[in-house]
Amino acid sequence: MAALEEEFTLSSVVLSAGPEGLLGVEQSDKTDQFLVTDSGRTVILYKVSDQKPLGSWSVKQGQIITCPAVCNFQTGEYVVVHDNKVLRIWNNEDVNLDKVFKATLSAEVYRILSVQGTEPLVLFKEGAVRGLEALLADPQQKIETVISDEEVIKWTKFFVVFRHPVLIFITEKHGNYFAYVQMFNSRILTKYTLLLGQDENSVIKSFTASVDRKFISLMSLSSDGCIYETLIPIRPADPEKNQSLVKSLLLKAVVSGNARNGVALTALDQDHVAVLGSPLAASKECLSVWNIKFQTLQTSKELPQGTSGQLWYYGEHLFMLHGKSLTVIPYKCEVSSLAGALGKLKHSQDPGTHVVSHFVNWETPQGCGLGFQNSEQSRRIKDSEKHIEVEVRKFLALKQTPDFHTVIGDTVTGLLERCKAEPSFYPRNCLMQLIQTHVLSYSLCPDLMEIALKKKDVQLLQLCLQQFPDIPESVTCACLKIFLSIGDDSLQETDVNMESVFDYSINSVHDEKMEEQTEILQNGFNPEEDKCNNCDQELNKKPQDETKESTSCPVVQKRAALLNAILHSAYSETFLLPHLKDIPAQHITLFLKYLYFLYLKCSENATMTLPGIHPPTLNQIMDWICLLLDANFTVVVMMPEAKRLLINLYKLVKSQISVYSELNKIEVSFRELQKLNQEKNNRGLYSIEVLELF
Amino acid sequence: MGEFKVHRVRFFNYVPSGIRCVAYNNQSNRLAVSRTDGTVEIYNLSANYFQEKVGCEDGSVKLFQITPDKIQFERNFDRQKSRILSLSWHPSGTHIAAGSIDYISVFDVKSGSAVHKMIVDRQYMGVSKRKCIVWGVAFLSDGTIISVDSAGKVQFWDSATGTLVKSHLIANADVQSIAVADQEDSFVVGTAEGTVFHFQLVPVTSNSSEKQWVRTKPFQHHTHDVRTVAHSPTALISGGTDTHLVFRPLMEKVEVKNYDAALRKITFPHRCLISCSKKRQLLLFQFAHHLELWRLGSTVATGKNGDTLPLSKNADHLLHLKTKGPENIICSCISPCGSWIAYSTVSRFFLYRLNYEHDNISLKRVSKMPAFLRSALQILFSEDSTKLFVASNQGALHIVQLSGGSFKHLHAFQPQSGTVEAMCLLAVSPDGNWLAASGTSAGVHVYNVKQLKLHCTVPAYNFPVTAMAIAPNTNNLVIAHSDQQVFEYSIPDKQYTDWSRTVQKQGFHHLWLQRDTPITHISFHPKRPMHILLHDAYMFCIIDKSLPLPNDKTLLYNPFPPTNESDVIRRRTAHAFKISKIYKPLLFMDLLDERTLVAVERPLDDIIAQLPPPIKKKKFGT
Repeated sequence: MAALEEEFTLSSVVLSAGPEGLLGVEQSDKTDQFLVTDSGRTVILYKVSDQKPLGSWSVKQGQIITCPAVCNFQTGEYVVVHDNKVLRIWNNEDVNLDKVFKATLSAEVYRILSVQGTEPLVLFKEGAVRGLEALLADPQQKIETVISDEEVIKWTKFFVVFRHPVLIFITEKHGNYFAYVQMFNSRILTKYTLLLGQDENSVIKSFTASVDRKFISLMSLSSDGCIYETLIPIRPADPEKNQSLVKSLLLKAVVSGNARNGVALTALDQDHVAVLGSPLAASKECLSVWNIKFQTLQTSKELPQGTSGQLWYYGEHLFMLHGKSLTVIPYKCEVSSLAGALGKLKHSQDPGTHVVSHFVNWETPQGCGLGFQNSEQSRRIKDSEKHIEVEVRKFLALKQTPDFHTVIGDTVTGLLERCKAEPSFYPRNCLMQLIQTHVLSYSLCPDLMEIALKKKDVQLLQLCLQQFPDIPESVTCACLKIFLSIGDDSLQETDVNMESVFDYSINSVHDEKMEEQTEILQNGFNPEEDKCNNCDQELNKKPQDETKESTSCPVVQKRAALLNAILHSAYSETFLLPHLKDIPAQHITLFLKYLYFLYLKCSENATMTLPGIHPPTLNQIMDWICLLLDANFTVVVMMPEAKRLLINLYKLVKSQISVYSELNKIEVSFRELQKLNQEKNNRGLYSIEVLELF
Repeated sequence: MGEFKVHRVRFFNYVPSGIRCVAYNNQSNRLAVSRTDGTVEIYNLSANYFQEKVGCEDGSVKLFQITPDKIQFERNFDRQKSRILSLSWHPSGTHIAAGSIDYISVFDVKSGSAVHKMIVDRQYMGVSKRKCIVWGVAFLSDGTIISVDSAGKVQFWDSATGTLVKSHLIANADVQSIAVADQEDSFVVGTAEGTVFHFQLVPVTSNSSEKQWVRTKPFQHHTHDVRTVAHSPTALISGGTDTHLVFRPLMEKVEVKNYDAALRKITFPHRCLISCSKKRQLLLFQFAHHLELWRLGSTVATGKNGDTLPLSKNADHLLHLKTKGPENIICSCISPCGSWIAYSTVSRFFLYRLNYEHDNISLKRVSKMPAFLRSALQILFSEDSTKLFVASNQGALHIVQLSGGSFKHLHAFQPQSGTVEAMCLLAVSPDGNWLAASGTSAGVHVYNVKQLKLHCTVPAYNFPVTAMAIAPNTNNLVIAHSDQQVFEYSIPDKQYTDWSRTVQKQGFHHLWLQRDTPITHISFHPKRPMHILLHDAYMFCIIDKSLPLPNDKTLLYNPFPPTNESDVIRRRTAHAFKISKIYKPLLFMDLLDERTLVAVERPLDDIIAQLPPPIKKKKFGT
């Protein structure tokens, strides 16, 4: 069980921490001693157990340290860079930094990285990497540029995997993030593009990474407050190729998305991360330890004086700037048992720590609204779901296997069999990830949609409708039934893809402007058109309602997104019609109202398209209106509340017919014009021309 | 390179006849095409889709109607009420399926009785049409009968029970043709809307042995009725009223995805229908049943590249010569002096003498043609118009002396013993000493006209000859083949010239080899011995043998004149092939004199304008 112990303050002297906090805290060759570099001119060596400094070195006035001091574990010397290019090496005996070894480099240094068991590496701002020894042999050597213009290194970490030094650094350019993995021995540099997923606007605030045999697990804390994990293979299949990496959600909303203060994240071990930041926008900053495997909060500590949003972790100590002083919080993690992992709430609280109660209890499942019995069995299942998800993610990150398709198919079949055997087992995230590999189809796993239909998991159904090319009409119709019948409040909890929906309410001001011009702009269709004399009388009584109906969407946005997925799906009329007859009449009317609304939106512009990324096309809308009316006309015509809709649709058809007949007339005129034009171009049957060949 | 005055002729009112029927032979990889004017053409698909032969065996349009009466000699089949429009034998030969109006009958060949009569639904989209004509039937070895009909249906019948198994409605108009692949796993149908549909027998689910016919691919390469289709192992072949012959390779059957896998559309014949009298500036146009003689106009103006010059005299239509009887004209020629016109139909040879008195022309037929001059495949006059060379369809080459208004048979080169192949291309040297003759496959023979004996035979080449000509002075024979290779062979030396060897060593530019249409005419410039002029339907080219050959990296066709390029660059990029694509489709191009060319174009729009209107499809609404 992970626990935070009583904090203590290190610094007797007030560090000259700038607005960005400290430059860095680094390990020295003795376990208890740490090098602290402030953002000004000073490096201090602290002995943590004694809580006092052992030495302090400063550069001259006018010089500034630009890279935190590190210890060269092979020689016991300290290395620091000031003024970007000047390298200094000294040891405990030196007093004045001005008099120690100095080397001026030809390029600016981003960081010096040093870990036990290997020589330090120097990472330049342009992305090039050199071993310290090789660099000192020829300090003025030419340093190549690896990253592109305007690409900036954001974060870096150095590992030794099987005695091979591996360097990873993250760069950012115009909001896009790239990961570079440098195998230092083989000199292989692999570049990956980090895909940000659905939320393109999120900014990554902090990175941390841990490593196992095959992967670097890169964790990132985004501005939306969630922690994402990206698995980067250490040995890339094809280093030449620029590869993309998908991130997956690890922990949701651990800190407030719009916190003013900095947030930081650091991995403590395989299963635990420490997060620094405010859990709620208004609340004070907190240091919290999370178990990522079980998504539980292990412990947390309030830091009322605020922090610089920086966090270092070495050995058993967490370092941070609390207020103005450097604070150390010892952290311990005993071997976690399942019982322990199941949550802090079951345990007696440590008197020193204060649990912030507004963290989400993991037992309320996120999103899918499945009722779990609070029993050991459900925990076991949840546990295995989580485990499967991690394994699947690892497999997907590797992707290059030749039998990728078959393995995915087998995995899904296996999971679904278990789902059927154990009703409470539903590895939803895992299934979502597998569907997004684009290799599944309905015929490969017909049970998948059946189970999703049973669970009323609209998000999964939407994903299936988008990804599968071969969904039978009966299943499409079953999805439609659920999409129409599911309550607005349960929809609110789901996380459906809103890509196909354009926020019509944003446009409302614009809409009003458009309305005045309807007569010209609506492509021949005018709802006010007074052609249908008898039926219009009723309509004309409520012109107010009419305009309201045409501008406000009859369904909520999320439902609209789901219905759009239905509109996009492929179908055959003959097979779909019998199933459409089973849908209750009020749902048919609702769907028709929505389609009619889409049609009106289409008519607002000259190209007859809807705004948005992947909106339904006019043809899809018209086809579905026809289908629904074909299947349910007798029912709909008897419903008094559908009367106005039917009248509108009738006028719509009438106007379409007149538009098409006009188009046909225009076509004939155009053909005559074309003929005239051809005659003009025809240069006659005989001419003598001059030709010169070059 | 040279500046020319070009007589741009578009009054050759040639309209290819609609394709009525195609038949594919798998062993020889050849396709027979019959047209509505009665001509039969053979295409060699192995030789770059070259049209090898044109026959006009009957010269009349024959609609082959197989009625029960006609096969009566073998057995009396049950009488049918209406005529039979289509017929298909069961592969074992025991049954015949016959498509009629409103029904399909299945006959037992042994007994001669109708086993089944399957009524075809007249209804079309709920509306009863007048009659449903079964345009085509196909009898498969498993007993399935596939029918196509005028209501736009493709239907599958079980011949054992006489029941309808499956019906596909594929068109709003007639489905007119059907062809099944040899393996019976795929078939193709053509509709009156110009669409071709491919059907394939595919398993119901993967790994399942149960198979069903599925409509897989639609193709729209025609504007008019697809009257006939054929199914080769690798391609769908279709032809119809719009006169195009279309080869659509099936990509899944093509092993190498190279240029051979591209769609081919053949519109114009691969032979010359035009001959030219340089001296009098006359053009002779050959049509199916008549000849037209035109005199070119003239101009005194000059201009720069691209200018159209004002005419001082327009072109005149001098003569319209109709053939007697229903037979089609096979070949025709006008002598270089313009005084003789010769043409041949399938059974008769005609020679006319023309007299010019100021603007009046008188025409006199030379009577009493000898019996051996009955049918010619190719006719050629010598440069001085004193000799006439005729390649007969029996394989012999006749030399006829022309003097005044009479003629005298000089000699006949008999075909090589053992060969029966007729010569279909002739070329004579300007000095009149040499005559080259080529068949479709047996190589080119060169005869000495003075000594009347065979001089030599050009080494055989795999691809048929599409055009050849003998250069003045050097007596080099230039030969173009259907695979777009061009050879130059020295007749006096009996060997290929150095230039030809260099070309073969380096190879032609890949774009040159990828041209679709064969070279149909070769000529030479009297003052520039290094130039060879040749053309196909889409380009005209002067090869300058003195310039380096282009390699695959150089730009083969550069339509833009050098503007401010320095001389060095121009010299560096200049290569032997000077190409012009201004005139197209180009049916004929020849040099009238040193500075004058004549180009005969036949714009596709003009042909389309003369075809019956296609089925009108609404563009908007349904």
